[in-house]
Amino acid sequence: MSEAAETRKPARKKVELDPKLAAYKGVWVFVEHERGQVHPVSWELMGEGRKLADKLGVELAGVVMGAPGPESRVFCNEAMFHGADLCYLMEDDLLRDYRNEPFTKGLTDLVNSYQPEILLIGATTLGRDLAGSVATTLKTGLTADCTELAIDMENRSLAATRPTFGGSLLCTIVTLNYRPQMATVRPRVMAMPETDRTRSGRILEHPLGMVEESIITKVLEFIPDNMQGKPQLAFADIIVSGGRGMKKPENFQLIWDLAKVLGAEVGATRPIVQAGWVEADRQVGQSGKTVRPKLYIAAGISGAIQHRVGMEDSDVIIAINSDPNAPIFDFATYGIVGNAMVILPALTEAFRQHLSTARLAG
Amino acid sequence: MHIVVCIKQVPDSAQIRVHPVTNTIMRQGVPAIVNPYDLYSLEEALRIKDQYGGRVTVLSMGPPQAETALRKAISFGADDAILVTDRAFAGSDTLATSYALASAIRQIEKDIPVDMVFAGKQTIDGDTAQVGPGIAKRLDMQLLTYVSKVREIDLENRTVTVERRAEGGVQVLRTSMPCLVTVLEGTNEMRFATMSNMFRAARYPLKTWDKEKAGIEDVAKIGLKGSPTIVSKVFAPTPKSVKAEIIDTESNQPKDLAVTLLAKLFTKKPNLQRDIAKNAP
Repeated sequence: MSEAAETRKPARKKVELDPKLAAYKGVWVFVEHERGQVHPVSWELMGEGRKLADKLGVELAGVVMGAPGPESRVFCNEAMFHGADLCYLMEDDLLRDYRNEPFTKGLTDLVNSYQPEILLIGATTLGRDLAGSVATTLKTGLTADCTELAIDMENRSLAATRPTFGGSLLCTIVTLNYRPQMATVRPRVMAMPETDRTRSGRILEHPLGMVEESIITKVLEFIPDNMQGKPQLAFADIIVSGGRGMKKPENFQLIWDLAKVLGAEVGATRPIVQAGWVEADRQVGQSGKTVRPKLYIAAGISGAIQHRVGMEDSDVIIAINSDPNAPIFDFATYGIVGNAMVILPALTEAFRQHLSTARLAG
Repeated sequence: MHIVVCIKQVPDSAQIRVHPVTNTIMRQGVPAIVNPYDLYSLEEALRIKDQYGGRVTVLSMGPPQAETALRKAISFGADDAILVTDRAFAGSDTLATSYALASAIRQIEKDIPVDMVFAGKQTIDGDTAQVGPGIAKRLDMQLLTYVSKVREIDLENRTVTVERRAEGGVQVLRTSMPCLVTVLEGTNEMRFATMSNMFRAARYPLKTWDKEKAGIEDVAKIGLKGSPTIVSKVFAPTPKSVKAEIIDTESNQPKDLAVTLLAKLFTKKPNLQRDIAKNAP
């Protein structure tokens, strides 16, 4: 992505690709996994990659890198269920834990050997570390945190759209004279594709070709997060969020009360997190998390673009705000114009009653 | 210990507005600040200097105005500041930016060898998180991103042990210097500028490097020419055409509003009841 997007000239329309680069074919998705779990963003990208590959008339491949074992094959098969035609598999003990050096070398080697035209990676801590390193090693373009991927058929190029200036504007970025075209996408930005468990495909193995002695960085230990009590916003079904309109930290308890009745996670806008009312893990928006729950309740949130980009794909949005002109009402599903401090308790009570009635009814 | 900290001056994105008619960024009156993520890196570098001794050099690439950001860093306690500025850098994407900053760091190394480079986790304007890894690859330095704690620096064996935020946990990594570190937000809190450092910042003779002084060997690798990514279109997000259905009742009492809303909600999304029941206590 450009560091100075607005100063740059628009792209030329038609570009003749160097024949060496034109030989790059196919769409790849890096299948991220840690501790036996594939990160859902990889499957979200597989769904998106399928569309791009179909548009280009090429194959979609998953890239699985990890320690030898049955697990890797399971991940390859899962990749096919989610839309891949084939998988590149690199197994080596050195790939047991993520480290920049062996993963960068492995993925770079795979790209140089099999030459994909597009490489997609999840914008996670692992993915961003890896993508930046691989792109620099390959001297190619990388567009970070895309929200939309399309193919510009004229140049057969990837048109990657991403928010810029804190989400106030969107820009579409192309990589014309370099291959592969790389992009990262945040979790929950793309929809999870349907799985088809009858699908299968071929698995191509490729060695890493490294020895431990040549790797300088060592993993001393891994301390797993204690998930107990840790917010899990990205994959929550229901989120109740509060913004500056909650006025006082004490009032934020009303958000927690409603969340408790709904079994929901609590979210917040940037000012709330900066004021220290809730922990940083709960921030939704451009500089926080992207979420797409089934129900998002926004209380005292004006709906500024920085917050909107993180939650506008929620299935249903209920907005409570005292200002009838608040931008949140332009994109919410339902709105209540009123004082959140009064509406929230009423809503909590109504949900409580509704749920107990529903339970009695069985 | 010689630590180079890369910082960037950015517009405060929280205050950026888009002109409703022309769809262009209204920069007027938007204050320029030091990228907030860079401050965690700067503070961490200053703490290492406090504990192990040495020097901290801050480096920035940008327009001449970015001088302000560098002086700010001096006021917090950095020893030296270098601004890499040249029109030839305009339009650089992350690949070209990492090339330019890596060249400048090689020039810095000619005076004093560099043991560690710190960079922000990401910027608030570009948000790419790519320049740090890019610099590390170009300088063939070990890369430690999303560091939440520097546990130990062993000057004798030249090793660095850190805690790194990974998906689902924290990795404890040990590597050798030279290495490049990006720091996770919330790791520390920036110190206050002391009066004497503020005076020093005001008087500090800032070094300004053009592309030659920054050691750029290949001008085809900087600016627009050196940038593989091209911005083909900039546009404002399309507003959703459907506005919220405002819940209205005769009484407009909170209770009635809530009950009416729920009735509509569960009629439209009957499955939500099941989803809530699944999670609810």
